[in-house]
Amino acid sequence: MSKRVPQEQYEKTFSYKFKRWLDGTKDPYLNEVEMKPQEPFCESQQDVERREEYRKGMRERVYNLDRNAGQRIFRKFYSVFSVLFCLFLVAMLLAAVSWLPSFGEADNPVNNEVSRRYIEKGLQETGAVNIVTGMILDYRAFDTLGESHVLFVATCTVLILLRLDRREDMEKYQSNDRLHEPKNDVILQTAAKILVPPIMIFGIYVILAGHLGPGGGFSGGAVIGAGMILYLNAFGFAKTEKFFTAKTYKRLSFGALACYSLAKSYSFYTGANHIESVIPLGTPGAILSSGLILILNICVGIVVAGTMYTFYVMFRKGGY
Amino acid sequence: MDFVRNFPFMSIILSLFSGPLSSVLNAKWAKRLNTAVITAVGIMSAAVLIYVLGTGEPYVYMMGHFPAPWGNEIRVGVLEAFMALFFCVIMLLSMMGGSAERQKELEESKQNLYYIMVDLLLCSLLALVYTNDLFTAYVFVEINTISACGLIMIRQNGRTIEAAVRYMIMSLLGSGLLLLGICFLYDLTGHLLMSNIKEQVQILAASGEYHIPLIVSLGLMSVGLAIKSALYPFHTWLPDAYGYSTISSAAILSSLVSKGYIFLLIKIFYRVIGFDFVGESKVIHVLYVFGIIGMIMGSVSAIREDKIRRMIAYSSVAQIGYIYMGFGLGTAEGVLASMYHVISHSATKSLLFVAASGLTDASGNSRHFRDLTGAGYRNRLAGAAFTVGSLSMVGMPIFSGFISKLLFARAAFGHEYKMLPTLIALAVSTILNAVYFMKTVIRIYTPAEHPAEMAQGRKITVKEQPTKSVALVFFILLNLLLGLSSEPVTRLIRQGLDMFG
Repeated sequence: MSKRVPQEQYEKTFSYKFKRWLDGTKDPYLNEVEMKPQEPFCESQQDVERREEYRKGMRERVYNLDRNAGQRIFRKFYSVFSVLFCLFLVAMLLAAVSWLPSFGEADNPVNNEVSRRYIEKGLQETGAVNIVTGMILDYRAFDTLGESHVLFVATCTVLILLRLDRREDMEKYQSNDRLHEPKNDVILQTAAKILVPPIMIFGIYVILAGHLGPGGGFSGGAVIGAGMILYLNAFGFAKTEKFFTAKTYKRLSFGALACYSLAKSYSFYTGANHIESVIPLGTPGAILSSGLILILNICVGIVVAGTMYTFYVMFRKGGY
Repeated sequence: MDFVRNFPFMSIILSLFSGPLSSVLNAKWAKRLNTAVITAVGIMSAAVLIYVLGTGEPYVYMMGHFPAPWGNEIRVGVLEAFMALFFCVIMLLSMMGGSAERQKELEESKQNLYYIMVDLLLCSLLALVYTNDLFTAYVFVEINTISACGLIMIRQNGRTIEAAVRYMIMSLLGSGLLLLGICFLYDLTGHLLMSNIKEQVQILAASGEYHIPLIVSLGLMSVGLAIKSALYPFHTWLPDAYGYSTISSAAILSSLVSKGYIFLLIKIFYRVIGFDFVGESKVIHVLYVFGIIGMIMGSVSAIREDKIRRMIAYSSVAQIGYIYMGFGLGTAEGVLASMYHVISHSATKSLLFVAASGLTDASGNSRHFRDLTGAGYRNRLAGAAFTVGSLSMVGMPIFSGFISKLLFARAAFGHEYKMLPTLIALAVSTILNAVYFMKTVIRIYTPAEHPAEMAQGRKITVKEQPTKSVALVFFILLNLLLGLSSEPVTRLIRQGLDMFG
């Protein structure tokens, strides 16, 4: 039987505090953490009115439904016709699918010499245990080269649209953003402290082991990018800008894409001219194996992580 | 293996690599790099063209250590090399013609992003031209779409953002349909390589198996690419995109981006499905009807327009209609005419855009017709160039537009039931073209009388805009060349189309 403790001593124990938290009588963060309620977003009545008026005037000017009979008829026709057309398209595609070879049959046209060679010889020809990685980074590397540049060009387009280059814009929007940004949220910071290192390590593992098991540059890069976004949310731009700025991103993505292009140019050139490639395939299953695939995976990973992070920063703040 | 054979691969990689490289350069060096890359790719394509004409047969180039159905490959024939060379010439001239505007209209810090877009656009066009693999084509269609979006909206005002959103929605719809079509085809044939798909399709067509999904797949791919190249009912994104983006973007979009998709469609017809099968299917009737409607409606919209660049943009809708009408005839002659029109329209439309910017420069940057009165006197070279472009679009002899109209008429001649509608549509469309182009030409050569009109304009000499003037002169020469010596070009196209088969 346990010893009975005095009330005073009991109140200091963890179990008492836990019990009170469970009951809901005490909030452990109350008076311990600085808590500032978010400033409510309020708009002056005048602004609201002006906006409404503008919108109404715009609609009036563009459509002017009262006078424009053609527009009125078109709108009715459009809403009916678009539904009908979608239904027709759905029906047509479903009907067409029903005529396709049935899914998963052994003698479907898809199961031909192409996939047979990938499955039977993939390991010895590419050195990658993961056949999918071998396919996308060795057999059909040209497609993937294009695909990684799709990410690059997408980032550039987002930069065109959202990057704030003029100083006055920058100041205006940044101050605006800071108002609504959660500051020093203890729960988020603690969670991030615990979660971010494993996320990063897991992402790096997924990239590095892309040729050995499920994973690769695209998925691993996405994991790392997510980790970086979490870190940014917890600790704010001041911390992340110490190691990752626009310049870092530019250099990293250029380095990765240049490395990718050069490595692949070498293998395309030697392949087409029937020159023996000097890159060894190594023992399948070892981390340093399967020729260029490991390097390419790292390049793709860097590009994907940078792209995700940059997208987030651009939508959040418009520059970093 | 001859070293020249490496050139197509090198030009793709070179333009691809210059994109990321431009991201670490400043605007000035990115521009120089861009010019150098386009020139180098043009020279290499010319060498490849001469080589392929010499050997007289196409060759395939393995991208990597694995032969075709397993790895990727590109295929080079006469038409591919010629189109690559032609695209480079037009792109270089368009970039030269718009360089002053870019300096003025784009934010200083974003200019190098513009060159990234152009580099990658060139790369995707080259890959679309050379590829022998449907999925590779799809990947580069993505790059093409995104970079075209960037080119539209980099000049940031409300109209271009709206145009870019419209373009993105329509273009992604087109990409989606194209991808669906490719998926269907892969499911039926088990291949992505064009030559292998064609073999399988021929077997399927002979046995009559899977006829319906095959037609659906052909329809999806045709409609997808038609949306992306702005065939008539899908053209709503076009006027604002061409009318308000910076001038080199407008020239590149109208004469290269949409033409790249059309070239891909021709490749799909010839190298993937087989033109006999396409000719027998009903899909081409749909393309024919929409092409005819586009020829008329595009011109009608252009007549109603009162801003010069939007008018030229609507004229593009009409010209795209011509091209699809040629496909719709379903004969080799029809495709030949369409292919020639692709070339002649590219050369003329970029000329018109650059010339129009020269005219608006001389009229206080106003695009309204009333302000353009007498602009031909204020900027003589731009006025002359605009006249040449207009005459070519209308179809006057000695200019390139005449030859394409002649080829269309010849292709339609003797066709069982499409002869009469084609000839009537050609006639009506020519008159409508003449109405709005001649209206503009007369307007720019009417001396300005009101003092208000005079105040707007100012005289612009050749020395003031050296690069634009050089570009305009080359454009005029190109147009005359295509119009006066069309025989070698048509022979080249014929030979190239034969190589496709």
